Amino acid sequence: MTYEFDFAAVLEFWPLFLQGIWTTLRLTLFSTVFGILIGALCALVRTGGPGWARAIVGLYVEFIRNTPLLIQSYFLIFGTASMGLRLPILVGATIALTVNIGAYTTEIVRAGIESIHRGQLEAAECLGLSKVQTYLHIIIRPALERVYPALASQYVLLMLASSILSSVGVEELFGMSNRIQSDTFRNFEVFVVLGVLYLILAVVVRAAFSLLGLALFPRRRKLGTSL
Amino acid sequence: MNSAFIISLLQGLLGTVILSSLTFIFGGILGFIIALARISPITVIAKGTGVYIEILQGMPLLVMMGLCFYGPGIFGYDSLSPLQAATFALTLYSSAYLGEIWRGCLQSVAKPQWEAAECLGISRWHRMRYVILPQALRIATPPTVGFMVQIIKNTSIASLVVGYAELSYNAKIINNSTFQPFLYFGIAALMYFAICYPLAVQSRVLERKLNVANR
Repeated sequence: MTYEFDFAAVLEFWPLFLQGIWTTLRLTLFSTVFGILIGALCALVRTGGPGWARAIVGLYVEFIRNTPLLIQSYFLIFGTASMGLRLPILVGATIALTVNIGAYTTEIVRAGIESIHRGQLEAAECLGLSKVQTYLHIIIRPALERVYPALASQYVLLMLASSILSSVGVEELFGMSNRIQSDTFRNFEVFVVLGVLYLILAVVVRAAFSLLGLALFPRRRKLGTSL
Repeated sequence: MNSAFIISLLQGLLGTVILSSLTFIFGGILGFIIALARISPITVIAKGTGVYIEILQGMPLLVMMGLCFYGPGIFGYDSLSPLQAATFALTLYSSAYLGEIWRGCLQSVAKPQWEAAECLGISRWHRMRYVILPQALRIATPPTVGFMVQIIKNTSIASLVVGYAELSYNAKIINNSTFQPFLYFGIAALMYFAICYPLAVQSRVLERKLNVANR
């Protein structure tokens, strides 16, 4: 083996890596928040909405889940650009990721809602809870609590998948590395560093989600799935 | 709309199907080994496979593609063609996920089945082959078919680092010369949908059919 590894030349660019990490985390955070909102809303519609709305949500979920994120982001970002709508690239990327993760969240939350026992709803009715109260406290919250582990791993996957958006020009961690590669020609080393950074990020994001879980769902009831 | 473009998209689709099939075959073989290693009674093997899975699941596929594309050349092997590199990366990536899925399926075969086989003095391999696998196969089919959808979708990024020409690459090339993103990416999306959706439906049907015991 004659190749001399030179990680120092790559690590010299740490401010760029750091900047990339920051962008990746911001993208993940925003699309997580909006994704959960959309997902919860669509899941409610899909389980209890009027027929036409169910059909629309069903179409949205199936279409997004059966096409790649790359094509979705090309479609959205190049598409809006061709209409003359020039979104800032980070906004476009957040929209693309949100639309994508919203569909997955819908399916996961729907499973949670469907696992709520009928007796719970009847009890809420007997106690005279209003419709909004029932939705919030009897349906959405316990449903989210149940599927929280599945949601968390889906959002870690989202963080990893955000690297795909480098192909539309977002300078998140992976996109940043393109610049470093063309400056150093140390492609392999850059990918090794990227791999390690993403592994750390995955661990950090996973830890953040389990802490958030502890804060959001203090009851820690035994629900069949462990938190 | 130009028929040459449509032909180019269909060629891309063929590339996607080829890459997906190769990935499924090799990823399946490796994934099966991973699943067996993961439940091995030898702790070192089980822990080692656990680390392998953690690493591959904590890294974007794009990074894996880069490592597989530039790595072999550095370690003194011939550099890989785009198709080889993409297959290599996707195989490793899928093996980690399939390994975890199948490990779960193997372990969900009722414990008494394992114990009974052991009590009857059936050898380890025969126990796997004739007692556990036939039962695990039933549980494993729906999630495996479901994972094929993931593989097909993941092939879309094979063009980004290694430059393998598949459907999304051809769609992008066409868009670069026609500037009709809605039309051509829309068609590409429909093509992906046309392969993935039947698989997703099939996965759900199988789940309903094979899950007779818990109905």
